[in-house]
Amino acid sequence: MYTQALDIPQPKGEPKGPRVVENADYQAEFDAKIDAGGFIEAKDWMPEAYRKTLVRQISQHAHSEIVGMLPEGNWITRAPSLKRKAILLAKVQDEGGHGLYLYAAAETLGVSRDELYEALLDGRAKYSSIFNYPTLTWADIGVIGWLVDGAAIMNQIPLCKCSYGPYSRAMVRICKEESFHQRQGYDLLLQMMKGTPEQREMVQDAVNRWWWPSIMMFGPHDKDSQHSETSMRWGIKRISNDDLRQKFVDATVKQAEVLGITLPDPDLKWNEARGHYDFGAIDWEEFWSTVNGHGQCNVDRIAARRKAWEEGAWVREAALEHARKQAAREKVAA
Amino acid sequence: MERKEWPLWEVFVRSKNGLDHKHCGSVHAPDARLALQVARDVYTRRQEGVSIWVVRASDIVASDPDAKPELFDPAEDKIYRHPTFYTLPDEVNHM
Repeated sequence: MYTQALDIPQPKGEPKGPRVVENADYQAEFDAKIDAGGFIEAKDWMPEAYRKTLVRQISQHAHSEIVGMLPEGNWITRAPSLKRKAILLAKVQDEGGHGLYLYAAAETLGVSRDELYEALLDGRAKYSSIFNYPTLTWADIGVIGWLVDGAAIMNQIPLCKCSYGPYSRAMVRICKEESFHQRQGYDLLLQMMKGTPEQREMVQDAVNRWWWPSIMMFGPHDKDSQHSETSMRWGIKRISNDDLRQKFVDATVKQAEVLGITLPDPDLKWNEARGHYDFGAIDWEEFWSTVNGHGQCNVDRIAARRKAWEEGAWVREAALEHARKQAAREKVAA
Repeated sequence: MERKEWPLWEVFVRSKNGLDHKHCGSVHAPDARLALQVARDVYTRRQEGVSIWVVRASDIVASDPDAKPELFDPAEDKIYRHPTFYTLPDEVNHM
């Protein structure tokens, strides 16, 4: 899943890495390559600001995948059937995989995965606001697949053409897998909608809670988005936050109809003149408060990640030590 | 936090017999055996491969991007190395 126009400003503690030496000739070559729609590869010269933007965006994206395993992981042991449990396990495993593809892409920019991960654990790095909402019922699992992954796909498809090669290739791989995530969610909801009135109510309730956070995933309005313009110039971002959000809303209305639920926005209606759906005002205060650590689950999410990291430390160390001893033994034998 | 990082391995996957192993990303692992295991879980969850290579990233020797012109440009004007350089009579041009 889950970039959210993910280049949220990160005031304290940008991840470090080698500083790039600015050079006018290289800059001209870089600009020409970008203008021609070409790709920049790991060892190529790039402006420091380009590199930093990528490290921030790719690592925030990776963190989102890893934190995103938590709300869904919450339901693995309580999935209502073996089939749904197998599907959910596969999906959560994919999220972990997506995080790893992305950390690998970020590492090509000269930062280490552990260094990036530390920034997440000590609260310096951001991740998608969407994962700070709780998953209260089984219907939430379906709605996350349908709306949250649906929004993520809208965001991520243009990233497959991002100018930075390693990021773009990771995104191609991720997008191939996302479609399964969205479809399994919708399928789960369809099945619940054929169930009892209580089950249908559960679906509607989950949609009511997740709709607004989902459309916030596209990030601030274009006029308030501080990184968008340079990111567009550099081919890191291809479509603006507002355009993506509109595309998502337009695509979702029909899906909601087929499902038989109501999207919780009284202002949502077709605008013939614009050829798009109009929708109501977004509560940006809630968005920023969630991004900045005051959402419903921020504290729990980071606590869970820290616990896993700290309790796994001895395993990581023992494995390294085992490898060191094995290597020493082989050397003696040889 | 003290960092004890697992080394980085580059992962190459052969998608099916008859094709080359192709680079697909990297993983962290303490040794080769675990690197293969992790690569299998990370890069082949949907039958993307029939064979995996892992190579320590530090063991890879790569050409210098700055040397790109002198390494690769000389081939540019050797168009006679391509079959299309030769125009043959129509009757035999499928050669």
